[in-house]
Amino acid sequence: MIDFKSHTLSNGLKVIVHEDHSTPLVNVNILYKVGARDEDPSKTGFAHLFEHLMFGGSVNIPDYDGPLQVAGGDNNAFTNNDITNYYETLPATNIETAFWLESDRMMSLAFTDKSLEVQRSVVIEEFKQRYLNQPYGDVWLLLRPLAYKVHPYQWATIGKEVAHIENATMDDVKEFFFRFYCPDNAIMTVAGNVNSENVFELAEKWFGEIKRKIAPRVPYKAEPVQTEARSLTVERDIPFDSIYMAYHCCSRLDPEFYAVDLLTDILSRGRSSRLYNSLLKEKKLFTEINAYQTSDFDKSLLIIEGKLVKGVSMEQAEAAIREEIKKVTDALVSDDELQKVKNKVESTIEFSEMDLSSRSLNLAFAEYMGDVNLVNTEIKLYQKVSREEIREQAAKIFKEQNCSTLYYLAKKK
Amino acid sequence: MSTQPDRTTQPSLIEIGAVEIQEAVQMKLDNGIPVYTINSGFQDLIKVEFLFLNRSFDPANALLHSAANRMLSEGTAKHTAQQLADGVDYYGAFYETEENADYCTVNLYTLNKHLESTLPFLREMITEAVYPESELGIYKQNNKQRLMVENEKVGSVARRKFNEILFGNEHPYGYYSKPEDFDKLNRTVLQNYQKRQYVSNHCVIIVSGLINANTLELLNKNFGDKNWSGGTEAKISTSSMKYTGDKKQYIEKEDALQSAIRIGRRLFNRNHPDYPGMAVLNTVLGGYFGSRLMSNIREDKGYTYGIGSALVSMKQEGYFFISTEVGADVTLPALTEIYKEIDLLKKEPVQEEELSMVRNYMRGSFVKGLESAFHLADRFRSLHLHGLDYDYYQRYLEKVRTIQAEEIMELANKYLDSSVFHELVVGRK
Repeated sequence: MIDFKSHTLSNGLKVIVHEDHSTPLVNVNILYKVGARDEDPSKTGFAHLFEHLMFGGSVNIPDYDGPLQVAGGDNNAFTNNDITNYYETLPATNIETAFWLESDRMMSLAFTDKSLEVQRSVVIEEFKQRYLNQPYGDVWLLLRPLAYKVHPYQWATIGKEVAHIENATMDDVKEFFFRFYCPDNAIMTVAGNVNSENVFELAEKWFGEIKRKIAPRVPYKAEPVQTEARSLTVERDIPFDSIYMAYHCCSRLDPEFYAVDLLTDILSRGRSSRLYNSLLKEKKLFTEINAYQTSDFDKSLLIIEGKLVKGVSMEQAEAAIREEIKKVTDALVSDDELQKVKNKVESTIEFSEMDLSSRSLNLAFAEYMGDVNLVNTEIKLYQKVSREEIREQAAKIFKEQNCSTLYYLAKKK
Repeated sequence: MSTQPDRTTQPSLIEIGAVEIQEAVQMKLDNGIPVYTINSGFQDLIKVEFLFLNRSFDPANALLHSAANRMLSEGTAKHTAQQLADGVDYYGAFYETEENADYCTVNLYTLNKHLESTLPFLREMITEAVYPESELGIYKQNNKQRLMVENEKVGSVARRKFNEILFGNEHPYGYYSKPEDFDKLNRTVLQNYQKRQYVSNHCVIIVSGLINANTLELLNKNFGDKNWSGGTEAKISTSSMKYTGDKKQYIEKEDALQSAIRIGRRLFNRNHPDYPGMAVLNTVLGGYFGSRLMSNIREDKGYTYGIGSALVSMKQEGYFFISTEVGADVTLPALTEIYKEIDLLKKEPVQEEELSMVRNYMRGSFVKGLESAFHLADRFRSLHLHGLDYDYYQRYLEKVRTIQAEEIMELANKYLDSSVFHELVVGRK
């Protein structure tokens, strides 16, 4: 159970406060409702590059990190398809430094050429380190455009290609900032040893004068229903073959999300799960096998991925996955199995609430989903899921024509 | 309407005052197993950690202790691996193990209401594991493949190879495991090792979370008996194990887009009086986002996504290292800049502004490291492993608060002499 109070400033900034007087710290989290799906298809990777630029100095403050570190704080940020999220944790007594820094960069960045030039290089190195210079690193760069033909989820957060980042200009940076970085496109949560009334006052003081400006959103192009199976085969310099099957499924916001989540848990959560026991242990076909959904704000993907044991054929591996899929579409899961994954969700939620920063992020995320109280009520939505609903979702999702398969093979030497 | 805030000056700060650390409370089970408890938090959950120090190391079978620990859950005389997994998972609990060169742990995370149902499975795994042949075959196969994938990553090769350069292949801290090492694992050796190692007189329990009236009772019921005591084995001593690895090593990977760099040396651990001072020096150089290495090599030159340095404190000793992955074309300039930053620490005192930022950052980060019961348990374990008491943390904080620029420069000259550094590059240059 997470207690909270919320208040909206006249410029549209939503402020949510969670008081926890057992800690000397405070976590300030600002979620901007902008992600990779908001990018121009010819300028991908921009939301994430932009996240880096947010640390390159703002209109009145040349250096972001220094003053925060002086205040005993530390910070980070992440970007995904749907959101860009910034947070800092610092001693609660120094909370005003966080407000000073965050409000200044919401107002305007410094837009220095040096910062753009350096962060372009840093992000290109990140691209190499995480996607190009790693075995299996480019899987998502291949799988997304296979599964999505129209919707912007067809590119990864890092971008389609390095060139898009190399070509980013200062005009692009400014345009993006003035379109998406404003109080009416943000959610701020403050969690920790604070008093909510004080926080609301501080919010008014530091953020109150920032102008509202978000333009009406253009709806994202909906991905048409996939009508035939797709596949792509690539060879890479890696030691072992692997397979990635991507099925279209519901979004994080749809009511059936909870059934789909439990379905993937039954398939692959932990060492008691179906795929692990059947395919890895009994049949010894895979060294790793996983199923999960991407949980995006628009229609998402349910992924089944596995690394094959050396010597196992791709046909054999794929057929075995399909056999397991058939079991969940044909027959109901057992009561015990369903209870097990529900129990797991219950404890996962409890454990996730131990850390201040996760409580803070969960509140912001729930607010963006439409109801901040989801942090406390989602467990009930999981508990309501029936065996029939799980089979129904499985039958709906696991259709051959709904699947895009990536065969990622070891180059023959 | 509130007044316009002053946006050009940082709001006034209050320094972190005295830091109070909640200490672990020691209890004992009936058979003498020490139980250290951290009772803290609001969520009705608990973590139970069973800690076993490694007591032997055989370079000819270097993967034995990790395999023995990771396979505890792969079957007992009464239950198969799947039945054990079902038993824990049904109650929404999590079972996890950790293995390193000093110790192995077996961990249970559960809601308190399910502690009674899940503890018996832990007991069975810890004392009655049988290492079924078929499960061992899967373990070997899958881990061998995983290691072969790891060997394709420059960062992973550099990390493991660097330890070998520092400590050598005869040393538990230095052993460089190879895929074929998994073939040496056999069931009889594992079973014998399990019988010697997983005995009550080698066991320490650390419990953190919301501790109830019946927590100790449940632990006693499941682990407090005398049926699993064993002989006492000597502890590993590596104090005589000196080794000199290559000063410079270059492992070429033709198609690499980035090179992994490691530079560092063997060094003392937390027990040494200079450790807290070195921790400050390390932070200045590469221990936080605003560090000199980050500011220069990432934020000024853009050579890397990240660079850092660290002091690693293990039971017997430790090491200091700098680590990064840089664009292959800038490997050499990156190396030059790294050495330049090290030299600067030896030649010029850190300015007060920077030092004060580091002080505040370190204190803030220490307090953040006390956030939850689990964090407090980790803090305790570290003290326990090194045979230190809680005064250590106060000494550490005091050093952070009072250290002067001259002392940092002295430490740099004493311990960061380039003649004692080892340098490893994996990739291209």
